[in-house]
Amino acid sequence: MRIVHYINQFFGGIGGEEQAGAPLEARDGAVGPGKLLEQLLGGDAKVVTTLICGDNYAVENQDSMLADALEKIRAANADLFVAGPCFQAGRYGMAAGALCSAVQSKFSIPVITAMSDENPGADLYREFLYIVDSGTNAARMREVLVTMANLARKLMIKTPIDSPKDEGYLTRGLIRDQFVEKTAGERLVDMVLAKVKAEPFESEMVPTAFAPVPMPPSVKDLTKAKFMLITDGGLVPKGNPDKIQNLAATRWGSYSIDGCDDLKGEDYEISHGGYDAQFVKQDPDRLVPLDVMRQLEKEGVIGELYEEFLSTSGLANPLSNTRRMGREMAAKAKQLGIDAIILTST
Amino acid sequence: MQITAALPVAKMIGANRTVLGNGIVHVLGDAKVSPEKEKEVRRRLVEQALSALQSDEK
Repeated sequence: MRIVHYINQFFGGIGGEEQAGAPLEARDGAVGPGKLLEQLLGGDAKVVTTLICGDNYAVENQDSMLADALEKIRAANADLFVAGPCFQAGRYGMAAGALCSAVQSKFSIPVITAMSDENPGADLYREFLYIVDSGTNAARMREVLVTMANLARKLMIKTPIDSPKDEGYLTRGLIRDQFVEKTAGERLVDMVLAKVKAEPFESEMVPTAFAPVPMPPSVKDLTKAKFMLITDGGLVPKGNPDKIQNLAATRWGSYSIDGCDDLKGEDYEISHGGYDAQFVKQDPDRLVPLDVMRQLEKEGVIGELYEEFLSTSGLANPLSNTRRMGREMAAKAKQLGIDAIILTST
Repeated sequence: MQITAALPVAKMIGANRTVLGNGIVHVLGDAKVSPEKEKEVRRRLVEQALSALQSDEK
């Protein structure tokens, strides 16, 4: 079994944060945690290539790093790709997730990584990958590698994978058919009875958990603040130039309102299949309140309004998608030095 | 901050600053009143949004 293993500059022994800019390099054989992984997998398992990359380099040059890594993984003729464990290291987790996802779709070989549930890489890639739950403590390295090796072995011989709890990977949000002894009604009554008796029971409905979002500081002085308008109500210029889908949109657009005091229905259309758009078509200010923002700008209540508004369609969209678009929009606003955003949602 | 007619959704995902809009079909409008009155409705909602942005309370 030929394995390619990806690790960051820290686990690769290059250095700490001061070496986070180190570019991708390939070394023959196992390095650091790869040695233990090889032992745990046993048999003919061999880490043929270790890819090492600085965390900053990996995230800042993701596209070229991915292309470079894929070339090296192809050359190594790998049967299995492993990344991490990344624990709580966010950039490491994001690089590991991106790599696993790319290798899986490009070469159709088993891939596995490990990180903590709170790692941003987990949010981005959990739907597509088996990500072993590493927790946040790197002292658990051995334990995590054991779980990774067990799961990797199963993936290699294509045996069915059990539930996240049994196998030790992060929930992927997938629904799977399963035969059970009791009907839904019986299980429900069992749960109610357990609840009444204050006995433990496990719900079969796991609501999607959202990590708390830290509250950004308030705007100290509105009269100096630069505002941006964003909507997920699907308002786009006539002809929908960015072809933003009206459902499960993968794209967003940025549209000029420079020199415009009032949005006119004839210049816009709505790409959103989830609400009756006739009222917004009549007057798009009902969704993107440009007329009022201009008033407030002229009166000096607010500093200025950025010359474009951002728009996408918020309907039946996987979280991985909306989170990505949200990050992209936030990055744009940050780069432009925007102080406050009003997001309008249908 | 977010102005939305579907406040429970915004709260569920953890939005910190929210204002309840005036209906799904026109978050910042009111088709039942005159255009002048409607603009006042819109202005009031935007002013609420501005206060939310100045506040450090949820």
